[in-house]
Amino acid sequence: MTAWLSLLAFVLISGASFWYLGIGFGDLLAAESRGKMLDYAVGFFPPDTSAAFIARTLQGSLETLAISAIGTLLAAFMGLFLAVPAAGRLGLPARAAARLLLNFLRSIPELVWAMLMVLAAGLGPFAGTLALALHTAGVLGRLFAETLENTPPEPTLALRNSGSPTALAFLYGTLPGVMPQLTSYTLYRWENNIRMAAVLGLVGAGGLGMMLYMSLSLFKQGEAATVIVAMLVLVAIVDALSAWLRQWLGRSGS
Amino acid sequence: MPVALSPSRDPAAFPRLAFALAAILLLWPGLELTEFDPATLIDKRSREVMGKFLGTFFPPELSQDFLKLVFKSTLETLAIATAGTFLAIVLAFPLSLVVSRSLSISRIGPRTGHWIGDFIRLPARWLLIVLRSIPEIVWALLLVRAVGLGPAAGVFAIAISYSGMLGKVYFEIYEAGDTRPARALMGAGSGRLAAFSYGIFPMALPELVSYSVYRWECAVRASVVMGFVGAGGLGTQLELSMRMLNGGEVSTILLMFFLLVLLADGVSALLRRALA
Repeated sequence: MTAWLSLLAFVLISGASFWYLGIGFGDLLAAESRGKMLDYAVGFFPPDTSAAFIARTLQGSLETLAISAIGTLLAAFMGLFLAVPAAGRLGLPARAAARLLLNFLRSIPELVWAMLMVLAAGLGPFAGTLALALHTAGVLGRLFAETLENTPPEPTLALRNSGSPTALAFLYGTLPGVMPQLTSYTLYRWENNIRMAAVLGLVGAGGLGMMLYMSLSLFKQGEAATVIVAMLVLVAIVDALSAWLRQWLGRSGS
Repeated sequence: MPVALSPSRDPAAFPRLAFALAAILLLWPGLELTEFDPATLIDKRSREVMGKFLGTFFPPELSQDFLKLVFKSTLETLAIATAGTFLAIVLAFPLSLVVSRSLSISRIGPRTGHWIGDFIRLPARWLLIVLRSIPEIVWALLLVRAVGLGPAAGVFAIAISYSGMLGKVYFEIYEAGDTRPARALMGAGSGRLAAFSYGIFPMALPELVSYSVYRWECAVRASVVMGFVGAGGLGTQLELSMRMLNGGEVSTILLMFFLLVLLADGVSALLRRALA
């Protein structure tokens, strides 16, 4: 009974949503707009495979790859830098402040960061790199902080007690132990970020997304189709590469 | 006192140095490709623009008219997410039935499989993969050009990309379940749909609903972001305010966005706990 009532409620709320948005299926299915949409859809075939455009798409794919890789790497450094205070190693006030900052970085979506960075750094891939780095730093920083909190403190304490300075004790006592976990988190985020880097360009932050946006603005659907295929291929390649790297790191145990 | 070793000696120094150098060499072209240049952040022009823009972030714009506008776009975003998820479920359910092997004669039926089953199942699986591999914001951009600016593009973008995800997860849930009840029903002479409805569906239902609710929560976040390409809701409003460099409006909208995400999180957690 409750199941049917919840189903009814969901259908009613959805109906209200359609009504509120004023989506008329009648208009969409009218002969004229149907013809227009068909023309538009047919325009995507065949994809543009001229040598010049393929070369540009490859360039765009490399740019997207670079945005995701550099952005993730920057984020890993920033994340580690913030994770040390966030794990409570520099006292409670620093812990609270670092956590607040991490939450802030994380809760703003990549695309909003991208719009802000386009204002700060101008149109282009650098804005995309910064946007990815800022959001991902928030994500990785939190994961890194949890890892640091859960790692056994004995090696570091042993080094401290035998007289080594704090920074060196961290570098040689803590970091080697948590490194595989941190690398695995970073690679996992990289897989996510290649998807993001492909679409950040829609707000002007470089890479394949920017090419897609421009092709569609110029009504060149054939080009757009090529770019979309390139996005899918790039994501598949990075997934495979990252899976292989993680397996390799897991096996070599370093 | 341990004094025998000099403090600068690190047995792992050489491999670490080599690894770092190799990484830098590998990433160097990346820096070129991304036009990596922190100097652009602090040059005079961008400092002026950003300074002025960030300076207006506080206080947030709280005038009656603007709040009304933000409230309306928030409702619109919620409606887009709900309508999109509804359409996605309506599309995904039949697709998941077609794709699932739980209903195939070869798995639960008394006879061996039929090649026609695979012949239909395979393209349907590919369709699901294509639907979910293209990011929802790309669907939104494509659809904005087909059906015009506004919430309709957002609803259809969510419907398309989420039907791919839901369809896949639905059929995985069926296939993970116990097939013995369905097999018993079919052995006793019931049809396949009946065997599914009474042998598989009731056990899978809580998981199906729980995952769909989680997807609705994702759809709320996605529909904000899709607004950036003109698909209506809070995102479109944010894009406008940002383009006009109106920091006060941007901070109000961002605050609203956080509230909305918190609300969606809460509702989704509540519903899923009620199910468990």
